[in-house]
Amino acid sequence: MPTLEFDGKQVDLDEDGYLTNLDDWSEGVASTLAEQDGLNLEDSHWEVIRFLRDYYQQYQIAPMIKILVKEIKKKMGADKGNTKYLYQLFPDGPAKQACRYAGLPKPTGCV
Amino acid sequence: MADEKTTTDSPNDVVQKLVHFEKIKPKPAELTGEINTPCISKNASFDWKVQLLADKDQLNHLGYPADGLIPNWKEVFLKKMDEMLNKYRSVRLFMDICVRCGACTDKCHNFLGTGDPYNMPVARAELMRKVYRRYFTWPGKLFGSKLVDGVDLTEEVLALWHTYYYQCTECRRCSVFCPYGIDTAEITMAAREILNSVGLVQKYLHEIVFKAQTIGNNLGMIPDAVVNALEFVQDDLQEELEIEDIRIPIDEEGAEVLFVTPSADFFASPHIESLYGYAKVFYQAGISWTMSTKASEGGNFGLFIHNYEHMKKINSRIWEAAKELKVKRVIGGECGHMWRVLSSYSNTMFGPFDHLDPKYPRPQHICEFTLDLLNRGALKIDKSANDDVVVTMHDSCQVARGMEMGGHPEGQYDIPRGVIKGVCNRFVDMPQETIKERTYCCGAGQGLLGDDMMPIRVKGAMPRMQAYSAVKKSDGVNFLALICAICKAQLSKMLPTYGFAMEEAGGVHQLVAKAIVLGAKEGV
Repeated sequence: MPTLEFDGKQVDLDEDGYLTNLDDWSEGVASTLAEQDGLNLEDSHWEVIRFLRDYYQQYQIAPMIKILVKEIKKKMGADKGNTKYLYQLFPDGPAKQACRYAGLPKPTGCV
Repeated sequence: MADEKTTTDSPNDVVQKLVHFEKIKPKPAELTGEINTPCISKNASFDWKVQLLADKDQLNHLGYPADGLIPNWKEVFLKKMDEMLNKYRSVRLFMDICVRCGACTDKCHNFLGTGDPYNMPVARAELMRKVYRRYFTWPGKLFGSKLVDGVDLTEEVLALWHTYYYQCTECRRCSVFCPYGIDTAEITMAAREILNSVGLVQKYLHEIVFKAQTIGNNLGMIPDAVVNALEFVQDDLQEELEIEDIRIPIDEEGAEVLFVTPSADFFASPHIESLYGYAKVFYQAGISWTMSTKASEGGNFGLFIHNYEHMKKINSRIWEAAKELKVKRVIGGECGHMWRVLSSYSNTMFGPFDHLDPKYPRPQHICEFTLDLLNRGALKIDKSANDDVVVTMHDSCQVARGMEMGGHPEGQYDIPRGVIKGVCNRFVDMPQETIKERTYCCGAGQGLLGDDMMPIRVKGAMPRMQAYSAVKKSDGVNFLALICAICKAQLSKMLPTYGFAMEEAGGVHQLVAKAIVLGAKEGV
């Protein structure tokens, strides 16, 4: 089982690098996960991550991408409210990469 | 020998080492537009394993062993196999009647993609036949494995089963070419259920069966999340179209139609685009419809493991919802195996459907519903809205080799194509040997859609990608129309892997959504 070293503690990850225990999440864990992918999390990334976490707390699942796009459009302006922008922020795709940094589980099903 | 080994390692330790999952980065094949039979490459895909399910609560709920391979696994294995052979007489027949003619050998997309001889359908089935001959025929029982070309059960045999029965997508293409009609998918399903019974349970597939049974859909969306997603789409439609009364009704008692579709249709891309299409068609048809938070999943992964009880539990939600909401008819969205379960199995499990309108005594497919409206002139269509695309259609395996659509044995080919041609000006079919009953699997059917299976997904997609690239080259095709959520997830990932744009894959009703002109309702 892979682990992440953070703050002197071992955090368990699944085979795909998602947190096994969602309570292990902290901003520091998110930054460390991103650093491992060579990504430095900036305000725009955090905006997405925070929305994903809020949505997850209410609905126990990540939002569909259209909901995320609309929210980002509302918060950050029309030029950023599109899938292309989200892929610029998270090159492996917002559904997987952003959710992983946000400490959400990987979606299952035909997706 | 086996006993000596167990003094240090338990059977479970041995098996866990043999089936250990490792991340492997796959390379796509070069695109030439041709599907060539590869040279045999022994063990080419032996290292590609599926992840095992380890969540004990989920395993307990599903009734499978929760601590890996059980100590008395051989006994349980043979007992389960005996049960399968007796319960599903087809499986026993398929054990007995193969004459090894070889007609199936080059028909499997996963063999064509990997060159691994175990992915020849006959060799895959032979993994079970060897056990069958050793333990279930009298010469095997009396004289052992050598005389009957059988095999004694060992952990190594288990590892072979686990590897290659999870490299079959149960697409049934091989069965089309078998002169005896042997359906390797049924053998794979039975093999998987035997593996489950001794504690080798696949993570992706069973997590989904668990969620479908306990939460109600494959994604595990709680009712609030389903409502939130559907309301979002409704708001978006009303805003975009400036039509206030276009709706996505949820749990509305007394509606005429219960509409069931994969939960991916209200979560993922490009699936969601078809949901816009369904809503527009229902609106324009003026037929009251409802979705259901209880039947919030069309798909049924119970089919993939030959576990009738799991399949029945998942399917029961649809028929309970239909009764509770007092609907007159049930229509299914774009989902391959949902259609097969809904049209071929529902009646045996929960029929006859006396509570439905006698005019629609069986579930209908959304394509059948839309085509009927198109043929009656009830939808106003602007085909030029789709002039940016030249469309081809990938027949989904479970639909294409299922029973029918619209009550016609070839309806599953003609009806979706009828819808596409009704809303697009340019349509071209891919080469004949790659479509309709001979269609190639997208490469991710039947529980092989997890990231763990990426190597086999990439290799197995090769025949479809070759066929697509051929019509792209000859006719400028740039849209691959689909009627299955798994195909959509797989092919929108495979297109970029093979160098095409992700947006070239999408649903048939995504095209309908673009071309339909809402408003004028005369002619309905």
